[in-house]
Amino acid sequence: MKSPNRVFILLILLTVLLVVVDLPENYPLKFSVGKFSVDRVINPPRLSLTLPGFRFTREFKTHLGLDLSGGTHMVLEADMKEIPAADRPGALESARQVIERRINFFGVSEPVVQSSRVNDAYRVIVELPGVTDVDRAESLIGQTAKLEFREFADEQAATGAGLTFPTLVNTKPVGLTGKDLRRAEVSFNNQTGTPEVALEFNPEGAKMFGNVTSRLVGRSLAIFLDDFPITWPRVNTAITDGRAVITGGFTVEGAKTLALQLNAGALPVPVRAVEKRTIGATLGSASVAKSVRAGLVGLFIVALFMITKYGRLGFLADLALILYGLLTFAIFRLIPITLTLPGIAGFLLSIGMAVDSNILIFERYREEKRMGKPWRVAMELGFGKAWDSIRDANVTTLLTCFILFNPGNWSFLPSSGMVRGFAITLFIGVLASLFTGIVVTRTLIRVLYKEK
Amino acid sequence: MIRFSKYIWLYFFISALVLVPGVFALVRWGLKPAIDFTGGTLLELQFASDIPASAIEIIGKNEQMPIASVQKTEGNTFIVRMNPEGSEQIAKFQSSLAQATKEMPQVLRNETVGPVLGKELLGKTVIAALVAIIGILLYVAWAFKNYKFGLSAVLALAHDLSVVLGMFALFGHFLNIEVDTLFVTAVLTTMSFSVHDTIVVFDRIREMLKRADRSAGADFDALCDRALTQTMGRSLANSLTIIFMLVAIALLGGTTIRWFVVALLIGTVSGTYSSPFIATPILILWDRWEKRKKI
Repeated sequence: MKSPNRVFILLILLTVLLVVVDLPENYPLKFSVGKFSVDRVINPPRLSLTLPGFRFTREFKTHLGLDLSGGTHMVLEADMKEIPAADRPGALESARQVIERRINFFGVSEPVVQSSRVNDAYRVIVELPGVTDVDRAESLIGQTAKLEFREFADEQAATGAGLTFPTLVNTKPVGLTGKDLRRAEVSFNNQTGTPEVALEFNPEGAKMFGNVTSRLVGRSLAIFLDDFPITWPRVNTAITDGRAVITGGFTVEGAKTLALQLNAGALPVPVRAVEKRTIGATLGSASVAKSVRAGLVGLFIVALFMITKYGRLGFLADLALILYGLLTFAIFRLIPITLTLPGIAGFLLSIGMAVDSNILIFERYREEKRMGKPWRVAMELGFGKAWDSIRDANVTTLLTCFILFNPGNWSFLPSSGMVRGFAITLFIGVLASLFTGIVVTRTLIRVLYKEK
Repeated sequence: MIRFSKYIWLYFFISALVLVPGVFALVRWGLKPAIDFTGGTLLELQFASDIPASAIEIIGKNEQMPIASVQKTEGNTFIVRMNPEGSEQIAKFQSSLAQATKEMPQVLRNETVGPVLGKELLGKTVIAALVAIIGILLYVAWAFKNYKFGLSAVLALAHDLSVVLGMFALFGHFLNIEVDTLFVTAVLTTMSFSVHDTIVVFDRIREMLKRADRSAGADFDALCDRALTQTMGRSLANSLTIIFMLVAIALLGGTTIRWFVVALLIGTVSGTYSSPFIATPILILWDRWEKRKKI
């Protein structure tokens, strides 16, 4: 029984560390941990945390989303001088999508990106939570979209069907860019009626495109927007008249999206910030405070329920839950994760799953004990048997998170801040709940629990 | 042991009571999209003195112009997002505000804004959800060495999603409740919770199958009954903890998230209900059907 004691001591150290990281900032954060008085202005440590060979240089601050704490509101005006009037709404939508994608690559920050029109002015409204790095965000957003045609450097990959994912590394430019493309639009095949995307090049582009396609017959030609591949169709024949169609299994919606993306490069719309200001939360602070209080009441009832149903075991599970809360919150601060209301919903659900692991274990333990096994054996068996279901149940949740987060940035899956934020908070919550459900509760019981 | 398997049709009947009107409403009326999906009007209003944001919301409600959000910015200025409104309505809104606050607000901006969550993104989210469901199906089929488990879990999941969507189609039609981006997260949450819960019940059946020698004539119905009896305590305890939490937030929390919490609550209750009363009965019926075929 030496190793549980050691783990127990490690857990206590971890708790102390987490409490330090989780120290409330200027606002009153009502965590009922220890004796930290709420009316004092307490701040978490700035950066002074040095572990052997490892040094954090980060402020442990909670990053709240637009809905909870507001942020920066930017109005970008699109310059439509060069764009024919009929193409303007489409060009605005293209610009909006380019901006949204850039912001999403900028980090998990749950922005709002909306197109907006007042009479003749075409605008994109961008709202970013917090005020950090607004200048960097602004310069990133302000760039005009860059469309580029590239070929695979390795012929093998180019002919190997559509299975190879083009990247900047395995492709090289063919010299054709968005400047050479006049426009892209959705059209329908005369024979089959299926949607496709038609490209129209300007005279110079047509000549170059003719050269490139006659060279690449049977191979793929990848098209990159902002250094990110959006499509890589196979060249079937040399196209010399400057009019190409991309066919192949499009839905109308899919063809529209691709046409918009191509147009973002073909009809690049310069944008410039005309306004920048701070805004308050979309959810009123009173409403948020009320909800947080309600969440705490809910947590308290859950804790009480565990104690009434499982006695001292329930109390130990509650201790593990407190550690779970501290751990998750610390990870949110470390990464950092922008905390929004949907994110908190994911967090609450993962608390539910953390409690569930404990309930499963305790129910198993009771069953084994009913069969007449000594309590210590029953407890270990309970942990062992509950593990199968805890594992399978959590793996499916992790799988869902993984797909929603879309780490490969696959274009057919969402890469938006909102869905991502939800996925990542649930993911962290589930991992932390596995840790507390299995390691923490088990150690607490091994060290602190004795049956009469 | 409770003979759960005797009342299978009763469980399906109870589900149908919720599902049939819900799915009918979903097909007939659909969901009511909020400004997040449709886009609308963005106003910037400036007041001479400091007024609370809630005042704007109240007047919007009185004028039948539901306001999606009010954000305070510098210098007594508010950014207000609402459903698309014509200039006449806006002028009326402005004068009602003037009456209530004893000062005429200035409209600094009046813009038509596009959706925050566009069709494209929504479509992608649906695709991601479908991919996740297929992934879940494959994983459960693999973990339980039987595709029947995977399919039953996914059918229960489809049941829960239909319940949540159906209920909100009804709410939308009769109570004017709109679905927004928060609702999308609630649906995704329901998805993961539903499978999580089902697997815990299935795990018990799997364990018993391992122990019992099925060829010796162990009855699958009885086996499931025993599994359900044993997991019922855990199922109740677990869903109670989540329901406690959500009810607390629904009753005490702010009004802005009330319907979001209601969506989560419906999803949780349905997710808990469907594990023993939809997913397991499907397994049992499947088993009976296969046996009948053999004879």
